[in-house]
Amino acid sequence: MAVPRMITFTVATVLIVAMFVPPLEPIREEFSNFFNIIAAFAFVLGAASLLGVHWRRIRRRVRGWGYSIVCMASFLITLIVGLLKLGSPGGIGGSAIAEGSPFAWIFDYVFTPIDATLFSLLAFYVASAAFRAFRVRNAEATIMLVTAFLLLLGRTFLGNLVTAWLPPEMEPFELPNLVQWIMYVPMTAGSRAIMIGVALGTIATSLKIILGIDRPYLGGGK
Amino acid sequence: MVSLAELARERLAGRRLIYLCILLSVTVPMIWKISFKEHASPMVKNVFDQVESLPPGARVLLVFDFDPGTEPEIKPMSDAFTRHLCLKGAKLYCLTLWPTGPVEIDKVIRNVLTPEFPDYYYGADYINLGFVSGDEAIIAVALTSFQKAFPTDAHNISTSDTKRLPIMKWVENIRSFNLIIECSGGYPGLPEWIRYAAVPGGVPIVGGSVAVGTPELFPYVPDQCVGLLAGLKGAAEYEQLLLERYPLLERPECRVALDRMGPQTVAHLAIILFIIIGNGIYLSQKRRGRVGT
Amino acid sequence: MTRRLIVAIIALTLLLMLLIRASSGAMVNPFMDYESLGKWVAAVLTLCTLSFLYSDNPFYRFCEHVLVGVTAAYWMVLGFWRTIVPKLLANVVPEIPAYFFNMDTPVTVSLIHRLIYCVPLGLGLLLLVRLHPRGRSISAWTLAFILGTTAGLRLFGHLEADFMAQIQNSITPLVSVAEGGFNLGRTFNAFLITGGLVCCLFYFYFSRDSDGALGRVSKFGLWILMLTFGAGFGFTVMGRIALLVGRVEFLLQDWLGFI
Repeated sequence: MAVPRMITFTVATVLIVAMFVPPLEPIREEFSNFFNIIAAFAFVLGAASLLGVHWRRIRRRVRGWGYSIVCMASFLITLIVGLLKLGSPGGIGGSAIAEGSPFAWIFDYVFTPIDATLFSLLAFYVASAAFRAFRVRNAEATIMLVTAFLLLLGRTFLGNLVTAWLPPEMEPFELPNLVQWIMYVPMTAGSRAIMIGVALGTIATSLKIILGIDRPYLGGGK
Repeated sequence: MVSLAELARERLAGRRLIYLCILLSVTVPMIWKISFKEHASPMVKNVFDQVESLPPGARVLLVFDFDPGTEPEIKPMSDAFTRHLCLKGAKLYCLTLWPTGPVEIDKVIRNVLTPEFPDYYYGADYINLGFVSGDEAIIAVALTSFQKAFPTDAHNISTSDTKRLPIMKWVENIRSFNLIIECSGGYPGLPEWIRYAAVPGGVPIVGGSVAVGTPELFPYVPDQCVGLLAGLKGAAEYEQLLLERYPLLERPECRVALDRMGPQTVAHLAIILFIIIGNGIYLSQKRRGRVGT
Repeated sequence: MTRRLIVAIIALTLLLMLLIRASSGAMVNPFMDYESLGKWVAAVLTLCTLSFLYSDNPFYRFCEHVLVGVTAAYWMVLGFWRTIVPKLLANVVPEIPAYFFNMDTPVTVSLIHRLIYCVPLGLGLLLLVRLHPRGRSISAWTLAFILGTTAGLRLFGHLEADFMAQIQNSITPLVSVAEGGFNLGRTFNAFLITGGLVCCLFYFYFSRDSDGALGRVSKFGLWILMLTFGAGFGFTVMGRIALLVGRVEFLLQDWLGFI
C-alpha cells in the first residue's frame, strides 16, 4: 500500500508548499481542480451504491421492498429528465434547471416541500425536548437553562418590554442588551475555545494523514 | 401500578399535545398577521453599513449556499442583500457551492432582480455562475484564478468570453472583489469562505447564517468577518434597516422576515412556557421524593 | 376498523371541501397550469411528511423514499452538467461539449493538457471500481488523493483562520482606557473573554486530574462552556421554529389562500 501513501503525501505537500512558493501555484490549482472533478464522480458512486442497495432489497423481497421501487423509480425519472434535459426551454445546451423545465418542476414541487418539511419537524421535537429533558438538575444545567431562557426571551419583542421600566443608568441590564453581551463576551469565549480545540485536532489529524500514520483510505487502519 | 403500555400511551398523548400547541402558536399569529418592529443590533448595523458604503460599480461576490431546508431563514437575507446591492449600483456575481443553490439563485433573479431592477442587464451588471462541486477546493482555486474555478456561467457561456460577459473583464481572482456576501445554510459556508478566501485574499466578508450555526461564527466577528445576520431575527433586523433607509421598499415582499417574526415570537413564548412547566413538574416531583422520572 | 373508517371519511370530506374551494377560486386550482398542480403536489407531500408527527405511516415512508431517490439523481445530474462536462470533457475531449452540447468552450486544447486531465478521469473511474467487491484496494488511490487534498487544504486553512487568528483576536489589552478615562465595562469584558478562553482550554486538558487550583479553573471553564451550549440551544430553537414558520406560511398562503 505504498502508492496511496505516496499519493497522499505528494498531493498534500504540494498544496502546502505552494502557499509559500508562488511558482507552484498552477500545480496547486490543477490539484484542486482534479479534486472538484473527482467529487463529481463521487456523486455517481453514491447514486450507484444507492441503486445497488435498493435493487438487492427488491430482489430478496425484504420487508418494505415496495418503498425501494418508489425510491428507484423517483431516482430514474429525475435522472433521465435531468441528464437528457427533457422539455428544457434551452434544449441540450441550456441550463439543467432552467425555469419551466420538468427537472426544475421536480425540484420545486417534489424535493423542496419534502426536504423543507423534514427540517421543520425538528421544531416539534425541540419543543418536546424542552419540556421533557431540559431540567435544572445541577449548577451547570441551570446555567445552560437560564442562558437559553434569556436568549429566547431577549431575541423577541417581549424582551424589550420586560425590562423597559429600568432607568437609563441600568441600560446595560436591559434584556436585549444583556443577550447581546452574552453573545459577544462569554459565548464568544466558549466558541473560541471550541474552535481552537477543533483546529488543533484538525491540524493533528491532517498531519497524521499526510505522514501516513493514519490511513483511513485503506478501510481498516492497516 | 401503571403498565408500560399505559405509560407509553400517556407519553404519546402528551407529546402530541405539545406538537399541537406548537402548531397553533405558529398558525394563529400568522392568520392574525401579528408582527413587531425590530431594533437592529450593532452587528447587523455593521453589515448594513458595509453594504451601504459600497461605491457604484463595486464588484460583490454573492454566494447562495443554502437549500430548501434552510430557505425560510436564509432567503429573506439573500433577497434583502440583492435589493440593497442593486440600490447601490453594485455588480453582482452570484454563485453557489451547494447543488441545491442554483435554484435559489434563479429564484432571486426571477423574483427580485428582473422585476424590481429592469435596468440590470445580464452579463453587464450581474452574472449567474451557478454551481461547481468541490467545496473548499473550489474556493482555493478561485483565490488564484477565478476563470479556472468557474469556467462557464450557468448558461454554459465561457467566463473568458468578455464580449458576451463584460462583467468578467475585471475579475482575475477573489482579490478582484470589493466584498464577499455569503448566505450560509451549513457546510460549505461562511467559515470556509473566511478561511480560504477572505483571510488569505484580504477581502472583507459579511454573512448571513442559520441560527443553528451562529454560535460557532461569533469568534470570527469582527476581525475576520465584518458582521453576521443570525437567523430569521437577523434577516428581520436587516429588512427593518433597509425599510428605514429606503422607504420606497415598503411592500409585502420586502418584509418577509419581519412578518415571520410574529409567529416566531409567539412560538418562543410557548417554548419558554414548556420549559417552565416542565421544570415545575420536575421540582415538585423531586420535593415529593420521586426523582428520576 | 371503525377508527380507520372515521379517519378515511374525515380525510375525504376535507379533500372534497378543498376541491370545492379550489374550483370557486378561493385557493389554487390544481388543473389550471403546471405551477398550480405543483403547489397541490407540494402541499400533499408536505402534509404526508407532517403525518409522521402522529405516527410512522406509509405516506411518510413514501415521501422519505421519494426524497432519497430525487436527491441522489439531482446531485448526479448537477455533478455531470456543472463539473464533468465543463471541467473534464472540455479539457479531455472538448469537441463533445462544443458540438454536441452547444457549449461555449474552447476546442483547441493541447495534447499535453488533454493528457494531464486524463489523470482525474482515471482517478474518477478508479473510484467507481469500488462498486465491485475486488475493486476496493485499487480505489484506495483515489481516496488517497481526496484525503491528501483535503488534509493539505485544511491544515493551513484551520491553522491560519481558526488557530492563529483566534489567539491573535483574544490577545487584546485587558485594561481599557478610553477618552473619559478607565472603562470598567470594557475591562471586565476583556478579562472575561481572555480569562474565559484560558479556563475553557484548561477544561480541555485531560492529561492531568482536575483537582486543586486546576480543578477550580476547569470548573469555571465548564461554566463558560455551559453558557455557550445554552446559547446554542436557544439559537437552535429559533432556527427550527423559523423553518416551521416557512412551511406553515406555504400551506396557508400559497396553497389555501387564507393569508
